Amino acid sequence: MCLAIPGRIVALDSDARNQAVVEVVGVRRKVDLGLLQEESIRPGDWVLIHVGFAMSKISEADAADQIRTLALLGESEAAIEEVRGYGLEDEKHSNNERGAGP
Amino acid sequence: MRYVDEFRQPELIAKAGEEIRRLADPLRHYRIMEVCGGHTHAIYRFGLKDLLPSNVELIHGPGCPVCVLPMGRIDDGLSVTANPDFIFAAFGDMMRVPGTHGSPLEYKARGMDVRIVYSPSDALKLARRNPEKHVMFFAIGFETTAPSTALTILRAELEGVRNFSVFCNHVTIIPAIRAILDSPDMRLDGFVGPGHVSTVIGCRPYEWIAKREHKPVVVSGFEPLDILQSIVMLLRQLRNGEAKVENQYKRVVPWDGNRAALRAMAEVFELRPYFEWRGLGFISQSALKIRPAYARWDAEQRFTVPGVRVTDPKAAQCGEVLKGVLKPSQCKLFGRECTPETPIGALMVSSEGSCAAHYNYQHHKPVTIANAVAL
Repeated sequence: MCLAIPGRIVALDSDARNQAVVEVVGVRRKVDLGLLQEESIRPGDWVLIHVGFAMSKISEADAADQIRTLALLGESEAAIEEVRGYGLEDEKHSNNERGAGP
Repeated sequence: MRYVDEFRQPELIAKAGEEIRRLADPLRHYRIMEVCGGHTHAIYRFGLKDLLPSNVELIHGPGCPVCVLPMGRIDDGLSVTANPDFIFAAFGDMMRVPGTHGSPLEYKARGMDVRIVYSPSDALKLARRNPEKHVMFFAIGFETTAPSTALTILRAELEGVRNFSVFCNHVTIIPAIRAILDSPDMRLDGFVGPGHVSTVIGCRPYEWIAKREHKPVVVSGFEPLDILQSIVMLLRQLRNGEAKVENQYKRVVPWDGNRAALRAMAEVFELRPYFEWRGLGFISQSALKIRPAYARWDAEQRFTVPGVRVTDPKAAQCGEVLKGVLKPSQCKLFGRECTPETPIGALMVSSEGSCAAHYNYQHHKPVTIANAVAL
């Protein structure tokens, strides 16, 4: 819950307001951009994600730092698990719902 | 040697250690509190204490939301979803936290529909997908997660989702710091400020600590070098007789915080008159509740909640540890009755709690920067 996970914006969602597809170490998931309304976000930008919501825009170098911090803290796997858990976000691939359970 | 490469710029880490020793007055004892549980975890994980001279002591603060949640709140939340038409949804961190009659996972084993979600918006989606059920999201966290809960409630309103509610346990960090500073047995020299909470609230809310309490605050990142640099900045202020708020984590934390996040929180939440913290007791205006305008999505306003109060066992000295009066290992129960497997006190409950971190890292010491630099 307290992890800050860096992700790169791959595409802004044209259907849903304030949604974007991000890539986090090879995993693609939708995240919510509702808390970055005051920033202009474009594909290629890096953001820090908390509990499925992009919370701040960061530089690519800072994203690399953050990825290393997670690795150093032994929390890379927890971060990937969390991002995979955002499976419910993806309405088009709805069979993920059960996978999010314990 | 391999560990050396894993840390960024080990020579800078060694330098920061030297600078700390240079700045620390040998005739003085420094007590610095890191407020955030993430910092506590990092400090233990990297063995940063080994790099500090013995007169620079780190005190582990209240910033672990799972740890400070009173057991009665868990009982209350689980009592709402005892009905088979309900789904209890919460972050994974909550699942093993014991209530009086077991953790959410144990309730699941007994038949309750309990789901791990990684985002509050996923709990809302669960509600949309299960229109015949009511999904209650058990919300925890400081200002890092509260804005996401707020936006999710706003979205539930916008989409007219009625079978969804939030059992709100969000807390705010500033009143907890104030309670610690007001405590008569407290003696602290400065604060390593929380990194991600400050992404939302910015640095201004700490200014009273500098101005009124004359104690320096440095908002810090989470890498070993970040934390050591923050300690250098604190010691420098203390040596110069200064007390101001500085931002070591500028690359992520804007001075004014995230305005969209603060707006969402202000729209949906108001302050509770008081709220109980495990280990610290009741603290006034220290937690958020859902405004009456959004009562439809507030589990506490919508359903009957018993209001269970469970007092922590007297033998557990969590409060003293939280305030830095005792070290984790000085508590009578530490490592005996109270362990991460069978937590009695709040601080043993989550890996970010200071007692659990101390327990996990004190015996089998992992890679520490001190030994990496020494190699």
